[in-house]
Amino acid sequence: MGYDLKMRVWRGDESGGELADYTVEVSEGEVVLDALHRLQATQTGDLAIRWNCKAGKCGSCSAEINGRPRLLCMTRLSDFEPTETITVTPMRTFPVIRDLVTDVSFNYRKARQLPGVQLGPRDADGKRRMAQIDVERGQEFRKCIECFLCQDVCHVVRDHEDNKEAFAGPRFFLRYAELDMHPLDTHDRRELAQGAAGLGLCNITKCCTEVCPEGIHITDNAIIPMKERVVDKKYDPLVWLGNKIGIRNKDANGRTEV
Amino acid sequence: MSESSRHPMTGNEMSYYAEGGIERHQYDVVVVGAGGAGLRAAIAAHEAGASTAIVCKSLLGKAHTVMAEGGIAAAMGNRWPEDNWEVHFRDTMRGGKMLNHWRMAQLHAQEAPERVMELEDWGALFDRTEDGLISQRDFGGHKYARLAHVGDRTGLEMIRTLQQRAVQIGIDVFMECTVTELLQSPGADGADVIAGVFGYWRETGRFVTIESPAVILATGGIGKSFKVTSNSWEYTGDGHALALRAGASLINMEFVQFHPTGMVWPPSVKGLLVTESVRGDGGVLKNSEGERFMFDYIPEFFKAETADTVEEADAWYEDKKNNRRPPELLPRDEVARAINSEIKAGRGSPHGGIYLDIASRRDADFIRKRLPSMYHQFKELADVDITQEPMEIGPTCHYVMGGIEVDPDTELSSVTGLYAVGECSGGMHGSNRLGGNSLSDLLVFGRRAGESAAAYVAGLAQRPAVSEESVRAGGWSALAPFQAEGGDNPYTIQQELQQAMNDLVGIIRTASELEDALVRIEELKERAKGMTVEGHRQYNPGWHLALDLRNMLLVSESIAKAALARQESRGGHTRDDFPKTSPEWGTRNLVVRLDEHGTGVTLQEQPLPEMPAELKKYFEGA
Repeated sequence: MGYDLKMRVWRGDESGGELADYTVEVSEGEVVLDALHRLQATQTGDLAIRWNCKAGKCGSCSAEINGRPRLLCMTRLSDFEPTETITVTPMRTFPVIRDLVTDVSFNYRKARQLPGVQLGPRDADGKRRMAQIDVERGQEFRKCIECFLCQDVCHVVRDHEDNKEAFAGPRFFLRYAELDMHPLDTHDRRELAQGAAGLGLCNITKCCTEVCPEGIHITDNAIIPMKERVVDKKYDPLVWLGNKIGIRNKDANGRTEV
Repeated sequence: MSESSRHPMTGNEMSYYAEGGIERHQYDVVVVGAGGAGLRAAIAAHEAGASTAIVCKSLLGKAHTVMAEGGIAAAMGNRWPEDNWEVHFRDTMRGGKMLNHWRMAQLHAQEAPERVMELEDWGALFDRTEDGLISQRDFGGHKYARLAHVGDRTGLEMIRTLQQRAVQIGIDVFMECTVTELLQSPGADGADVIAGVFGYWRETGRFVTIESPAVILATGGIGKSFKVTSNSWEYTGDGHALALRAGASLINMEFVQFHPTGMVWPPSVKGLLVTESVRGDGGVLKNSEGERFMFDYIPEFFKAETADTVEEADAWYEDKKNNRRPPELLPRDEVARAINSEIKAGRGSPHGGIYLDIASRRDADFIRKRLPSMYHQFKELADVDITQEPMEIGPTCHYVMGGIEVDPDTELSSVTGLYAVGECSGGMHGSNRLGGNSLSDLLVFGRRAGESAAAYVAGLAQRPAVSEESVRAGGWSALAPFQAEGGDNPYTIQQELQQAMNDLVGIIRTASELEDALVRIEELKERAKGMTVEGHRQYNPGWHLALDLRNMLLVSESIAKAALARQESRGGHTRDDFPKTSPEWGTRNLVVRLDEHGTGVTLQEQPLPEMPAELKKYFEGA
């Protein structure tokens, strides 16, 4: 069942690089990461790849396969013709470190700028109560494995390095939405989402949703509702008046703005 | 300093031009590993006022904890008010075949519920009961439904929650940084104490020294020494080996858990975990003849609490009060051995496994809702729709019960300043770990280690000094694989080690095979001395593997030696030549230490700590 696969793999570092041609033996049921591992073990011992679980759960092995952002471990060779050459390149939005490994510290920086969850006190018996239906909205977003493919594909930063400062990207809009929909959180982060995180720069082209390996409806379930919630706040006359005369710093749900 | 500060996330300067060419930092507590145990330990140390750093081999949030599926075992009583720490304690000890350190099992059962509640305080969104409380699910060996869970991705929820907490409170993280040496200096009583860690940045290959009087090892397991494993590349026994080399002891190393249900096909995912929740939620095991064979494998020890008819087993899912548990939910060692026997007897599936069937027992919606990751995993990787057809599964190396010997209350090893938590520590799980007890173990002992390490440092009058020689020695040792020429490729040695461990130190063991394994490990150790790596130091996986291999070889030797010595079968250690559990061995632990040459390990027996009378009462009449 095995055959010889032709691959082109980007080799290089921050100073530059090029696609290198390889032929590697592969067999039935394998994924692109298997082919790269065999290359590593037999031909290119120093080929740099970032990977961990090889099960689509950790989100480490993000790269671009034939130009499309994907996880190397979840892309099956049977999706391609055996005669087809598979081209693997690093994620384009992030600076290359070496070969297929990129510097994704942008994402960790953005994570630090986001105020975490702040719950009120527990119930009298020391427990907390939330309805399943209410946690499910946040649970969808918490399926995120932080592969950063949504960040990679997003045109706001993919081709505009200068937007990175003002734009947190889909992964973090997901996080803002998750916290905003948390049944017990006491913070209101809508100003931050719109201002510091640059939610307004997103023009909902849905590219992020398309590449999400977890199938999270990033645009429909997180970004669009979040945009609506920001607008709700901005045009709520009571909130506007309260802010204006300085007597109101909580929203209708009793949350405090951070 | 440098123009090349590259880790804005941590605020750490990666200066290439520091004195001696080696970057230096100082902290009160350094945690090695950023899985559940490491993160929880770091949070505790930080909150106790210690300046704390986490050093991890991968990016933050990618550690093996993300792979945990089923849940966190904690007697919260949300489903069963009659559940409490005493029942959990009893289940844990019985699951470990009474070889657990009783004090660890006790602390674990007592503190787990509050540790789960803390995760919720920090933003975790667990599945709920009808009353809005944290839901709890059934798992093998647990008397009551006890596992707090989020679908079948509980580990991801746990690591993300802890990661976000660590970021929120501002703990420094050294990502993609591998520790290769523990630095020590002579303490007041002459014995060496911990003074810091030495390692390299994967990204640049540059070295880094962190001076720190307390180091908490939270490096996880050893599974990558086996060919068929559910573990990721990181699981190379680093903490086990670092501790040995620093003079600490390892306990219970012969006990390796083979999870009963790993994928067997396609070959590229062989070993990948299939969660126990499939069985907890109604899945059953069948052989090629369609027979539910687990009824033939109920051991005497668990007869009283296990259903012996299909009718009773099936009724249990609906009425747990009046029926006993299905044999599919026996502890993992029992189920793995049974599957192994069925395959050996020729009743296996086409790809050398047996069948795990939930499709014929639950409707498609239920399966997709309760087991979304499993549905996804089989669909994407094997073209199998688990709502329509059975899965093919077989045992896979999953967890090492053995690890660094620690004080149960403080997680301090025998080396002053060196702590260990999570999978790399030993004693808590005895000879076999119950599903769900790992995630709770990480939280309970992670917190304890963080607090005790912080307290130790706060009480120090003077910090141990890091000597220049030890830093230089660390550098020489790490660069050795670049000096050799014409030696083996590290990938080849790794593959041979994995094959040997799989074939000779696997789920069923005999003296002759274990002896053979030790001979082969010696040969591989010799060849590893002359390993050659190509390329340069920047993000070079061949070099990284060469360094990890030293640890894998030392740990593999520890496992094989202990397995050869223990002449009985118990939990995760099954001897073909000694198939019975022996009462004499039930009072003894096996402990390994580094030998006088520093290249191998020696083995000693030591008595199992005796349980106090007030805890013994839970096992009377059992």
